[in-house]
Amino acid sequence: MATFIRSRKDMIEGGSRSERLLYSAAGGDQKQKAKGGGEGEESAESGEGSQKLAKKGEELKEEMDSLMDEIDSVLEENAEEFVKNYVQRGGQ
Amino acid sequence: MQKRIYGIETEYGIIFTPEGRKTLPVEKAIRFLFEKLITTEHFLNVFLENGARFYQDTGCHPEYATPECASPKQLIIYDKAGERILEDLQEYAEEKIREERIPGKLSIFKNNTDFVGNSYGCHENYLVDRDVDFYYLAEQLIPFLVTRQIYTGAGKVFQTQDGIHYCVSQRAQHIYQKISGTTTNDRSIINTRDEPHADRERYRRLHVIVGDSNMSEYTNFIKVGTCSVVLQMIEDNYINKDFTLRNPVKAIKDITYDVSCKRRLRLDNGREYSPIEIQREYCEMAQKYIEQYPVSDEHKEAVHMWQHVLDCLDTDPNKLDRKIDWVIKRRLIESYIDRNGTSWSDPKVFMLDLQYHDIQRQRSLYYLLERKGLVDRVFGDEDVDKAKTDPPPDTRARMRGEFIKLARENSIQYDLDWSNIRLGNLLNVRVICNNPFETDTEKVAELVRTIQKTNLRKTSLSKLVIQS
Repeated sequence: MATFIRSRKDMIEGGSRSERLLYSAAGGDQKQKAKGGGEGEESAESGEGSQKLAKKGEELKEEMDSLMDEIDSVLEENAEEFVKNYVQRGGQ
Repeated sequence: MQKRIYGIETEYGIIFTPEGRKTLPVEKAIRFLFEKLITTEHFLNVFLENGARFYQDTGCHPEYATPECASPKQLIIYDKAGERILEDLQEYAEEKIREERIPGKLSIFKNNTDFVGNSYGCHENYLVDRDVDFYYLAEQLIPFLVTRQIYTGAGKVFQTQDGIHYCVSQRAQHIYQKISGTTTNDRSIINTRDEPHADRERYRRLHVIVGDSNMSEYTNFIKVGTCSVVLQMIEDNYINKDFTLRNPVKAIKDITYDVSCKRRLRLDNGREYSPIEIQREYCEMAQKYIEQYPVSDEHKEAVHMWQHVLDCLDTDPNKLDRKIDWVIKRRLIESYIDRNGTSWSDPKVFMLDLQYHDIQRQRSLYYLLERKGLVDRVFGDEDVDKAKTDPPPDTRARMRGEFIKLARENSIQYDLDWSNIRLGNLLNVRVICNNPFETDTEKVAELVRTIQKTNLRKTSLSKLVIQS
């Protein structure tokens, strides 16, 4: 069971930094988020560091765009009507 | 209790959206769902080969009750298996609907609220020691249950007179009492229903109806794992602090409107704590407890996750955007708003909220994130596949599941409930199993053999009762 989990620490703290950054990049101000996520591992001040981050930022933006495109492709077309019609009888 | 039985009952929302004038009443849609499982019975109520029960509940909701499980992780795997079973049935039902030539779409949601304010539940069941005074247990547990929504909530976009709010929990708005016996109105934090489906002298059932249905495996695990540790501490008389809230019903609603999770609540003793602080107190006690008392590895894991989650909530809740349902969903919606230059009042936002909970994986936004590796998991797909057909190996459900398989292979007529197996022409042969930890499948096999020998299908035996 739970073969998916690589280690206990992994399970508690979860996904890799790049995965987290990817999602954070959706928050709007990508540059700032990317910096914030670095936590000193890469110096954002150094030229090399910021280039890396900028590149990463672009990749993340692409990933995010593709996620949002997929959402658009599955999202219910008549959202307004669907949501208003979503009425259930009360359960327990 | 170190060994405990766990169960979750999940009520699903269901709707058929016609694409023409012809529509399909929800009663009929549910009948189609059950058709693959039941061919002869009138009642929409069936036990499955994995030991779970699937039935139509109050208000026309399909409901799945997990089999008796022996650990939190096992429980949430069986809960997830319920989603997959329902997804299969939905596919079958959609085919039937096509055959009837009613164009449209059937949608099933694992959430707890509709658009106009009706609620349907996710009920957790914990077997507890009969010796523990129930009202003591409830009083100790209530402050924990009221505040835990900050990491168990499934999130909800909620329109009120003063605008649109993002709430932490789906269910919190629908809670009106501390403790009560009802589940369809005046819902409470703890329900007094006491059907242990086990030896009543030894056990009682704790029925918690305040929780949200969770999509995230991480959220679901931490919900059951932490509650179970707190219960064990209460049973061991370990909790030595009093967090009794002055008004727990008001508190639960205040917390759900506060995404910072830091608004202070007044305790009975006049002091004020934030939900994070109350949870921290419980968590710190649990950390000490697991060092001193025998506790399973899963429970230790849950306590470590608990601490991590509280640390994140304290500093930046967005750090939990892979782990905790309400945060995952909020980040998804924020990203969508940002990217499309729209606002929280866009009807699409409400649709995103709903579609996150779709159980059909190609349409569900939760599963879209899962496919992209954007949510943390705590078990693998192979665990869920196995749980769809195989009962838990270490509880009574194993006997039930094995029996169902054998009975079907041999075309034997039977009737089941949680602690009884009845079979034969007049359902006069019976196995009673009052011990939910019992796993002796040999008894079941023997019973089936007896029946085959005596050809009970044709002639009926005099009453035979096997007490196990």
